[in-house]
Amino acid sequence: MSKVILSVDDSPSMRQSIKLTLAVRGYRIIEAVDGLDGLDKAQQQPVDLVITDLNMPRMGGLEFIDALRQLPDYKGVPILFVTTETDEALRARAREAGATGWLTKPFAPEVLLKVVRRLLE
Amino acid sequence: MNILAGDPADIFRQEADELFVQLETALLDLETSPGDKETIASAFRALHTIKGSGAMFGFDALARFTHRVESVFDRVRNGEVPVTPALIGVTLTARDHMRQLIDAPGRVVPEVGAAILHDLDQVVSGQVDGGVRRLAAVAAPAPVALPPPPPEPVHGYRIDFALPANAFLLGSNPVAMIREMLEMGSGQVRCDASDVPGVDGLDPERCYLRWEIMLHTDQPVEAIEDVFLFIRNETQLTIEPLAELAVTPEVTPLPVEPESEAVEMAVPAVMVPEEPTVVPVTAGANRSASDSVIKVNSDRVNSLMNQVGELVIVQSRLKQMAHSGQDELSLVALRAVVEEMGRLVTELRETTKGIRMVPIGSLFSRFRRVVRDLSRELGKQVRLETKGEETELDKTMVESLNDPLVHLIRNAMDHGIESAGLRRSAGKPEEGVLLLTATHVGGQVLITVDDDGKGLNLARIRTKAEERGLLAPGVEIADGELAQLIFHPGFSTAQSVTGISGRGVGMDVVKRSIEALRGSVDVTSQPGVGCRVTLRLPLTLAIIDGLLLKVGEERYIVPLSNIDAIVELAEAERDAPSGEGNHFLFIRDELVPFLHLRDLFAVPGAPPEHEKVVIVVVGKRRIGLVVDQILGDHQTVIKSLSRLHADVRSFSGATILGDGRVALILEIDHLIEFGQQREERMRNLLDPFGKGGHEFHVR
Repeated sequence: MSKVILSVDDSPSMRQSIKLTLAVRGYRIIEAVDGLDGLDKAQQQPVDLVITDLNMPRMGGLEFIDALRQLPDYKGVPILFVTTETDEALRARAREAGATGWLTKPFAPEVLLKVVRRLLE
Repeated sequence: MNILAGDPADIFRQEADELFVQLETALLDLETSPGDKETIASAFRALHTIKGSGAMFGFDALARFTHRVESVFDRVRNGEVPVTPALIGVTLTARDHMRQLIDAPGRVVPEVGAAILHDLDQVVSGQVDGGVRRLAAVAAPAPVALPPPPPEPVHGYRIDFALPANAFLLGSNPVAMIREMLEMGSGQVRCDASDVPGVDGLDPERCYLRWEIMLHTDQPVEAIEDVFLFIRNETQLTIEPLAELAVTPEVTPLPVEPESEAVEMAVPAVMVPEEPTVVPVTAGANRSASDSVIKVNSDRVNSLMNQVGELVIVQSRLKQMAHSGQDELSLVALRAVVEEMGRLVTELRETTKGIRMVPIGSLFSRFRRVVRDLSRELGKQVRLETKGEETELDKTMVESLNDPLVHLIRNAMDHGIESAGLRRSAGKPEEGVLLLTATHVGGQVLITVDDDGKGLNLARIRTKAEERGLLAPGVEIADGELAQLIFHPGFSTAQSVTGISGRGVGMDVVKRSIEALRGSVDVTSQPGVGCRVTLRLPLTLAIIDGLLLKVGEERYIVPLSNIDAIVELAEAERDAPSGEGNHFLFIRDELVPFLHLRDLFAVPGAPPEHEKVVIVVVGKRRIGLVVDQILGDHQTVIKSLSRLHADVRSFSGATILGDGRVALILEIDHLIEFGQQREERMRNLLDPFGKGGHEFHVR
């Protein structure tokens, strides 16, 4: 069974980039356009890993992570956030919200792959 | 033989043998059809099972190593990594290493494994990088593609870490992290679970574990630290170079014994050779393990069970009879039971014999690799073809045939098949063909090794034979006989000793090993066309070499090992009265009694003009057997005589000749005893002065 990855980003090109990198490695990608959409999709089927942008309309990344961690099914599911900031404080806040790790934009596809593999057995 | 029970590790070794064949076959198949999904899946399954079962039976190093190779093939299976010659090559080397990890784990140098995995990573990352770069060009600003860095020396590190208590809750995956570190090189992982509380105090979502990894990698420390990137601040992490650890061995926070091991691992880590020197494990190296386990077709086990079942029923009938009356009727019934039991025992014997029969294909498949590797070593293009893989042969025989056949294959490829250039100029296809066949012919198995090379150099064989004094100069000899001289001890026509066939063992070793199996070997050659070596082997070891004799219309067989000499029966002797007459030959200053088989077996008809005496020997006792004619040697499948002939002591069995006639095998022991007794009797009674009767000398 291929692992399911939920990719939450308001930028179609960003979603496309993530999908292209991961789909050819055998992962199944589900896309959501913002935090609310993400919460909705996350409850429709089990997800093995979540990659989310932070700065999004309707519901931002931090809120989304926090809401997701409240769901019993998402206890322990790795959540990555994607950010352009290299701000230590933001990372700390995201960790506090329940994020597992981060990706700093722009990132090379191999970095994405490596991080995903680090989190998915 | 071990069908049902036994050391699980032995059973695993046997299973692994098959898996290695499956893996090797798949890899060799992939060389010609790299895209075949079924073949890739087969290689993956083999790796997967070797890993899984290996771990089950305590082959941890094997499981760890195989896991890495399996991961690569998982990606091959998913289409992430393409099948390339480089990948096949390194995987074959990995396969050999896995074999060693099973056969002789004590002699395995860990760095060899690390070097193989490093090569594997190189091969794989070459492909993956290419793919990623293409993707990056489509998707996002591409990172600058760096040229591949030169290979870094391998360093050893001890990594000790404990994740934050909430690591599991926040989605960190220590297993994936450990895997990522192990994929940088090779290493061993220990988990310290001493902080895990009892069940009442246990918080199932909390991480109590601590890990220690001994890692050998060519990656810098930063790469290891990068694994802990997201939780670097919360994680207790120590990374120490192993070499330094050796100097300060007191740094041991875990209750394990890393000092001695660390020293042991750190020292060779510095000396990793650039080119891994992998000693290829030849097929059949694990003979002891494969000898102890035989895989049997379930049909044969079923018939064995049926026959044993019937035997039990017959036995109970017999028991019932023993307790019932003793009238004549029960005697008839008893005979019926005895007859049935006899039939069952015969069937059981045949089935049991059949259990030891295995198809020769298992042996042939090993040679694909031999041919592949040798082709590369010699720079020749050679294709192996096999026919008659289903031909069955005694299991022990199959094992013993491995080395002689490998030798013949090496020889054919080294000396027989020409280089592509020479073949082209000779108008042959560039690819040479080596053909292995097996067939049943009568009671024998015929195995041929054919090559389409240049054939034997008869002129050089003659020169060599004359130099070695095997052949008098100028002697006329048929080409066929000249060719057989290559089997003479110490004969080798190779101009220079090569690593492949000139190892000081020649074709005489092949001949001796085949003869030890009661077989024979011969060679035929056509200049410029090729060479064929034919091995003739008995089906099982219950077969003997015999001399076929003729008396009247009857044929008899004497085991060749019992034959001492064959002489002509002098005319004077022939005319002497037979029957009760006393007959002696004077051979090598010893009086040897002889028997007329014609009289002994009451063969009708008159003897021919020139009779022969076959002098047979058991220990130091000898006797002459007078026969009409010597027909030649004959390979004999021994068939026991029926129970009707149980009292016939002159014959040990019978055999069926090629033309369907039955020849009886003489029981030499009994005949000698019989002859000697008669001699004794004659000396004492008929010839009390001991002068003997008809005597003559044999030069």
